[in-house]
Amino acid sequence: MVKVSEFDKVFNEAQRQGRLSFYFTNRGEEACSVGSGAALRDDDWVWPQYRELGATFWRGYTIEEAANQCCHNELDATKGRQLPMHIGSPEKHLMYVKSNLGQQVPAANGAAYAMKLQRKGRCSITYFGEGCASEGDIPSALNIASVHGCPTIFFCRNNGYAISTHTDDQYKSDGIAPRGVAFGMPTIRVDGNDLLAVYAATRAARRIAVEEGKPALIEAMTYRIGAHSTSDDDSKYRRADSPEEGYDSERAYWDARSPIVRFGRFLEARGLWTAEEETALRKTERAASIKALNDAEKRAQPHVKHLFTDVLDEPPWMLRQQQADLKAHLAKYSEHYAEVTAEQIESM
Amino acid sequence: MLSSLPRRAARQLRGVAAPSLRGAARPLSTAPSDAPEEEPETKKLTMVAAINDALRIALKTDESAVVFGEDVAFGGVFRCTMGLRDEFGEERVLNMPINEQGLVGFGIGLAAVGSTAIAEVQFADYIFPAMDQICNEAAKFRYRSGAEFDCGGLTIRAPAQAVGHGGHYHSQSPEAYFAHTPGLKVVYPRDAYTAKGLLLSCIRDRNPCLFFEPKILYRSSVCDVPTGDYMLPLGEAEVLSPGEHITCVAWGAQVHTMARACERAAAEGVSCEVIDLQTIAPWDMHTIRDSVQKTGRLLVTHEAPLTAGFGAEVAAAIQDACFDHLEAPIARVCGADTPFPLAFEKLYLPDELKIYDAIMRTVQY
Repeated sequence: MVKVSEFDKVFNEAQRQGRLSFYFTNRGEEACSVGSGAALRDDDWVWPQYRELGATFWRGYTIEEAANQCCHNELDATKGRQLPMHIGSPEKHLMYVKSNLGQQVPAANGAAYAMKLQRKGRCSITYFGEGCASEGDIPSALNIASVHGCPTIFFCRNNGYAISTHTDDQYKSDGIAPRGVAFGMPTIRVDGNDLLAVYAATRAARRIAVEEGKPALIEAMTYRIGAHSTSDDDSKYRRADSPEEGYDSERAYWDARSPIVRFGRFLEARGLWTAEEETALRKTERAASIKALNDAEKRAQPHVKHLFTDVLDEPPWMLRQQQADLKAHLAKYSEHYAEVTAEQIESM
Repeated sequence: MLSSLPRRAARQLRGVAAPSLRGAARPLSTAPSDAPEEEPETKKLTMVAAINDALRIALKTDESAVVFGEDVAFGGVFRCTMGLRDEFGEERVLNMPINEQGLVGFGIGLAAVGSTAIAEVQFADYIFPAMDQICNEAAKFRYRSGAEFDCGGLTIRAPAQAVGHGGHYHSQSPEAYFAHTPGLKVVYPRDAYTAKGLLLSCIRDRNPCLFFEPKILYRSSVCDVPTGDYMLPLGEAEVLSPGEHITCVAWGAQVHTMARACERAAAEGVSCEVIDLQTIAPWDMHTIRDSVQKTGRLLVTHEAPLTAGFGAEVAAAIQDACFDHLEAPIARVCGADTPFPLAFEKLYLPDELKIYDAIMRTVQY
């Protein structure tokens, strides 16, 4: 959780400094992804939304890999195709993040069903926010999962806001949990800021999925402490008032009960952790993130030919033609394309 | 007429099972048979039976294959999935709730983890709820992951085109929407023989494929169809009948309407080169180009509305490739720019007479 937190701070600042085009943080929701990620087997399929860096790091995805993708350099596995933090890994059974919302949820059913047919005791987990849950893909997927007994764990991070939209404008029901009940699956609402509760709930859901061949819905109540992303100014919409007295603002209220604070106190109370250790850990993680960013920035960008690769398994004739046309254009007007080297043009 | 059209020899795969693991090589659609050339055993089949046969072969040769869609369990509203559940079991032939986005998404997930997903959308007219899944997910799955993942194992079948009484929502030809999205293949068979071979190619192709079945031909197209496992190449147009004066291009059921128009023109001394495009994306521009460089004239005809239909792409590309060879403007004979009407279906459609008239005007230009 601390690794996510420090990585978030470094990379969010980097965007503000103009070193990255875009970033979104996981602030306040670290337990949702770490707790659930830790409850799975390494080869369960993860279909994320985009605020699950904790589950990603849990699998062993490195900060260097994340930094490479954010800087879309030549080591970026996606060859610079998507926005920062649109990460994934087949070896680690992490499906790629994409910007649009909800499509991963029906797909998680298909992967889960394949695991069921293969009878190897594996499942899928898919994540979505309470805002994303309004998309048609979600009830579509809940229904199909129930009908066909897909071992899918549906994990909803109810974090209070969908960009600027408070939950008051997102639904009038009792949150998202009734939708699981409506579609006939075991459902639980959990304190999303309690790392161990999230872990326990996901363990239970996994057992149901794998042993009973049923989907399960977990609604984790949490709070998005940061902005949606670097593209919005949350001071324009975040509610000012704390739900309880004694806190300056809504954000301050939740900051005080964020997952890292709560788990830190839990460990401290048992003599397993100290404030000094936390400071030292944060320092180490921050330094590692800074180094990863600096290293990633220094590397070259992907070869320009990768504009055209991977559309189909083999490039069709029109792409080969367009690539040849672009090569000729770049050669003819090379002084206008300083970022493309002569060597790259030649080897297109 | 149709039976006299020259037929491409079936490329027979003998005992080659399509491997089910992601990343393993799939048999190429043009893989030649190792055995000595001999006429394959054939049987007279309707297009429905030919499609059913292709699905059966897919399920038999690929243990990861799953067939799913609305009403497929009992055999499907057009009977394309008859008998499959009995033979392959209820785990592999699934009825889906009425939810195209959900079932197509399910297929994407299956394919993404290496299984073969054969989805049915009950009518092409109902594919639109799934467009996000198809165009934003399936089409981009490989590109956005730097080819670390793909959903090449996904094929979506849907009955399409006019049926005589289908109206707005049982008659559409949506190929242009999907041809405009990079990352998809779009295929139309013209008869029972091409249906089986092209469908097996789509199922085994390593890219997500949309297979639009001309529903009016389901029962009316009867061909000698090889009983074995064969595939026809994607991305290749087929010259059905050579000609000298004008190149005529169509796909699906419209191939037959166009062929009849060409016969009328032949009676007037006009020699038409009749071409079935077969794959809309990626389309075989080179065959069309070579033909137009010979004939100097092109006519494209499709049931879908004229504006921004796929005929527009063919026309634009060929005027670029063949400008110096063209003797006349490229003719497009297409559906009107209206929703598909019921009472006026006959007037809406680019029928034999309209095509014949356009052929004659083009050669007389």
